[in-house]
Amino acid sequence: MEILETKLMKGNEALAEAAIQAKCDAYFGYPITPQSEVLEYLSREMTVRGGVVLQAESEVASINMIYGAAGAGARVMTTSSSPGISLMQEGLSYIASAQLPCLIVNVNRGGPGLGTIQPSQGDYFQSTKGGGHGDYRLIVLAPNSVQEMADFVFLGFELADKYRNPVLILSDGAIGQMMEKVVFYKRDVVKPEKSWATTGKHPHRERNIITSLFIQPEKMEQVNLSLLKKYKEIEANEVRYEEVNAKDAEFLLVAYGLSSRISHKVVDLARHKGLKLGLLRPITLYPFPTKRIEELVPQLKGAMTVEMNAGQMVEDVRLAVNGKIPVTHYGRMGGIIPSPEEVLEKVEEFISNI
Amino acid sequence: MLEEIIIAGFGGQGVLSLGQTLAYAAMLEGKEVTWMPSYGPEMRGGTANCITILSDLAISSPIISVFDTAIVLNQPSMDKFGPKVKKDGLLVYESTNIMTVSDRKDIKIFGIPAAEAANKLNNTRVANMILLGSYLAKKPVVKIDSIIQALSEVLPERYHHLLPLNRQALETGLELIETVKVQ
Repeated sequence: MEILETKLMKGNEALAEAAIQAKCDAYFGYPITPQSEVLEYLSREMTVRGGVVLQAESEVASINMIYGAAGAGARVMTTSSSPGISLMQEGLSYIASAQLPCLIVNVNRGGPGLGTIQPSQGDYFQSTKGGGHGDYRLIVLAPNSVQEMADFVFLGFELADKYRNPVLILSDGAIGQMMEKVVFYKRDVVKPEKSWATTGKHPHRERNIITSLFIQPEKMEQVNLSLLKKYKEIEANEVRYEEVNAKDAEFLLVAYGLSSRISHKVVDLARHKGLKLGLLRPITLYPFPTKRIEELVPQLKGAMTVEMNAGQMVEDVRLAVNGKIPVTHYGRMGGIIPSPEEVLEKVEEFISNI
Repeated sequence: MLEEIIIAGFGGQGVLSLGQTLAYAAMLEGKEVTWMPSYGPEMRGGTANCITILSDLAISSPIISVFDTAIVLNQPSMDKFGPKVKKDGLLVYESTNIMTVSDRKDIKIFGIPAAEAANKLNNTRVANMILLGSYLAKKPVVKIDSIIQALSEVLPERYHHLLPLNRQALETGLELIETVKVQ
């Protein structure tokens, strides 16, 4: 692809710039550290370059504005951080039920509660297992660099439109705040026709109705089944992951987002010491790369997840491994980021106890 | 080339912009860079720091706990990061602000009176660029011209009249470090 420009940017700024380039029609949001740069950047840039930017009175309002604008066929995005994302869960459940495409970004900070403004991965369960009520799934993308903060905006909108499903970018305070080189490419952004959108009743077609209320159990179950069918399709087609030295690995780290960057360094340090350590980095947290982990199990003696939480993704790894090898977790909480040296020590401890 | 640097001091001393300018300059020279700021409670009234990594290859972890170089501008940062410099590493500090210097013998330590020198240039705010100049004298990881180009791309045009002053500050730093003794 032809390069448009190369910049040094914060993750949050790169994401905001990408939203403009991806022809996002409207952004609704409410400021919260560590992602306020998104609202700041878009207020400055998007209002000039085309698009609606509106600071809502709360996150509950932002998500319902997203619901309305997505229903009207607009390409829409909101961003927040953990406590704000919790406030959005009711709306997200409605949007998932009504099958509307939109992009939600969580720049994860430490919790529970108001917690801390420092980076965390404590929202994995909330992101991948529903979060709101009812049987639904979000497609969850986990960037681990400033470049991916930009790239996943394009991918996120694309997947949201393809499946008429909300997409969540699950980032964290560190990826949002850090600066790296980011390359923007010349892209032909095409927004698909949305024949289902509520754009006004035309004489030549039936009324379009967007709702999440299906009072009759038989109708509700049909909706549930069609959602399920869609999720199976997503699971079959959209699994994304990356590997570092996994092919000949005897021990495997599994980590996403910032933890995967740290774990990459751990693998380098371990290989230097002659340890056959590899890394599997899920890029999509839902759908999870279960099958790939199953494939790797026969060559492995053990696996460890590295997460900035009390151990959440480790449950999905255990399900994939299905008891065949020992699986453990190492993590720090409270907004503390583990150092590569610290993780390596835990890896060596784990290996010596197998 | 892989250079892992911690830059730390009080908020307002230009610690974050020092790292950012260095990272931008390295990017302009085609290197991979990461710049990771502290943005937590310590930013609000206390010390600020940023980890800046420059490399020829892709950078894995942007968070590290030991450093090739520390550039420190206040006493708490000296106390915190002095012990975190790798053996044979470099420690550059602002000597008008820091009273107690690390007593390590296994690293190279240079005290630069940058605040005083910045005063002589009639702008106390370029002390950070003086320290950057001193650092680049010992480790020429980027060219001075790249720093100036980075500043001209980062700074809004209304500040471009300050570019010559910044160049002067960088050159002051380059010269100053030759006059101070290695500790």
